[in-house]
Amino acid sequence: MGLLDREFSDGNIVIAKTEDLLNWARLSSLWQLSFGLACCAIEMMATSASHYDFDRFGVIPRPSPRQADIIIISGTVTLKMATRIKRLYEQMPDPKYIISMGSCSNCGGPYWEHGYHVLKGVDRVIPVDVYVPGCPPRPEALLEGLIKLQEKIRHETLRKKTA
Amino acid sequence: MKTPGEIFEILKEKFGDKITGIETELPVEPVISVDPLAIKEVCEFLRDNDDLRFDTLMSLAGVDDANGEKTKDEDGYDIIKGGTLSVYYHLDSIQKGHKVTLKVSVEREKPEVESVESVWRAADWHEREAFDMYGIVFLNHPDLRRILMPEDWQGHPLRKDYKNPEYYQGMKVPY
Amino acid sequence: MDKLISNDVKTEELVLNMGPQHPSTHGVLRLVVELEGELIVNVKPYIGYLHRCFEKHCEAMTYPQVVPYTDRMDYLASMSNNLGYAIAVERLMGIEVPERVEYIRVIMAELQRIASHLVALGTYGVDIGAFTPFLYCFIAREKILNLFEMTCGARLLYNYIWVGGLSHDIHPDFVRLTKEFIEYFKPKIVELNELLSFNKIFIERTANVGILPLETAVNYGVTGPVLRASGLKWDLRKNDPYSIYHKFDFDIPVGDGRMGTVGDSWDRYFVRVREMEESLKIIEQAIDQIPDGDVKAAIPRRIKPPKGTIYSRTENPKGELGYFIISDGSVNPFRVKVRAPSFVNLAVIGEMSKGHLVADLIAILGSLDIVLGEIDR
Repeated sequence: MGLLDREFSDGNIVIAKTEDLLNWARLSSLWQLSFGLACCAIEMMATSASHYDFDRFGVIPRPSPRQADIIIISGTVTLKMATRIKRLYEQMPDPKYIISMGSCSNCGGPYWEHGYHVLKGVDRVIPVDVYVPGCPPRPEALLEGLIKLQEKIRHETLRKKTA
Repeated sequence: MKTPGEIFEILKEKFGDKITGIETELPVEPVISVDPLAIKEVCEFLRDNDDLRFDTLMSLAGVDDANGEKTKDEDGYDIIKGGTLSVYYHLDSIQKGHKVTLKVSVEREKPEVESVESVWRAADWHEREAFDMYGIVFLNHPDLRRILMPEDWQGHPLRKDYKNPEYYQGMKVPY
Repeated sequence: MDKLISNDVKTEELVLNMGPQHPSTHGVLRLVVELEGELIVNVKPYIGYLHRCFEKHCEAMTYPQVVPYTDRMDYLASMSNNLGYAIAVERLMGIEVPERVEYIRVIMAELQRIASHLVALGTYGVDIGAFTPFLYCFIAREKILNLFEMTCGARLLYNYIWVGGLSHDIHPDFVRLTKEFIEYFKPKIVELNELLSFNKIFIERTANVGILPLETAVNYGVTGPVLRASGLKWDLRKNDPYSIYHKFDFDIPVGDGRMGTVGDSWDRYFVRVREMEESLKIIEQAIDQIPDGDVKAAIPRRIKPPKGTIYSRTENPKGELGYFIISDGSVNPFRVKVRAPSFVNLAVIGEMSKGHLVADLIAILGSLDIVLGEIDR
């Protein structure tokens, strides 16, 4: 890429592919739906707070799904909550991305066997882009997951949708 | 400050047959058994009596005793017939500094207990939880609905013979 | 003019749904608010969106296997949850744990209390509209998490306090770093007070809002800082002592209505600030006296309590955490019921918020400091 990281010595025209420009814009300002479920939400809060500073990746919490680009499923998805999560996802405008944070939303986590009220993985109701393992994942792991998502967005094309 | 033994004597004198016994051989804490339909008046007495003053309900727990006959239903699943469900009441007196545990047992097929919601408001949600998890019906409770599980859920999950459904609203439940 | 404004204008009752996705509900709580104009007529909480079947899991696990699940109930105070469970099973089995274990447990529980209160105070600021204190609180909390991580390798869910002992001994540097933390944190409380507690806007938003009279609080079974803010000196560390709390000298802060009325939201907030000071006092006393010993010495090889029942309670950061365990003499608990402090504390919200403005509901809810993980379990 390197659109803006080199100084312009003369002239002011940049030639780039539309795709590259769009992708670059998208991946640099991923507004996150401020929505937490369980333990992982606390780590997500810690990631947003001073020590890890999610803002530097352009991730800013938005309280409304209508203004959000990305939803981080941070915690155990129960059957009672699953339909609500689906509704939230449907309310988000395209393009939208999902990070599944933590073992519970990946596959049910420690509740996989006896959890009569736990959905065994959020991918049973909505499509997931990046899975972050851990119980709960460290903030660094969530950051890594976000970078992976940015990588994915960088290679999106208008011809074939990957997410 | 009174011991559970002394409290049992006071209750026995006041209510007679409605106090069905005390288990003291258990380690740690004695449990006083009460008639399920008399629990409300017993609790009112415990709260208002000047020597006892049990002003808070610490906890209320439903229990499946699983002491009935274990058989199989027509599909081959284990079920329990007969036996009892119980409710444990843990009372605490902030003023007097003593504690007591009460217990009522009801038939599994017709689990009906008098509600103590009017004695301690703390019982409201605890009773709803016991109803949700065990199907114990609390008579005269103002708002007995499911509290944790969705309204349209079938069955009472903490019963020992509970069978988890395969699907809920189109979502697969088992792993 | 008389024609335009008349006094007998009737407003229709409005039912407002708040949650389960709402930035100020501290998780997946749904509140159905009945409004008359801007005034709250009634609030009905709907819970269960995070019901993770803790009690069913207990029946399928062995006693030591339950410990990691207790972590995940009140995930802001995992150490305290571990401690409550360990004490309950130890009482059932009659185990005495070594002195060193008791000291380390108390230090961990008090550090955890500070960490939990820091989240409560920081997010309360965010609810009211002050974002900066949140960032300051999380800097300090991060330092406590580093201490925990050094001890047991996890930042949030520790699985550290086991039945009869601890999973690891403390790190050789732990004592030094904890002392450094105490020195670091003392001025931070003053800073937090200057930043938020005595801020005029904050006081306007919280004083005289959501008053909880003592009688109502006791009848609803409310415990912890919420009860103490209503003016009752009730703390299980003093009133029903467990572990070695009787050895330490500390106060129980109660609400005094300094900014408004006893039992208002500001009191609930400030009781937590003062509890952090008291916790620091306990850690300061304990940290120098940790005796030598083996932290795993008393862990039984096979945990199989005798037949019986126990209700054991400890003072969590949020209130009284009770474990009711029935043992049938096997390696699995027959029944574990958790009396979660937030579960009981939340039930009172309808009573507290009647007649307040709808904007105050957030201030009241935040001051209760609930964690949905332990409400729904």
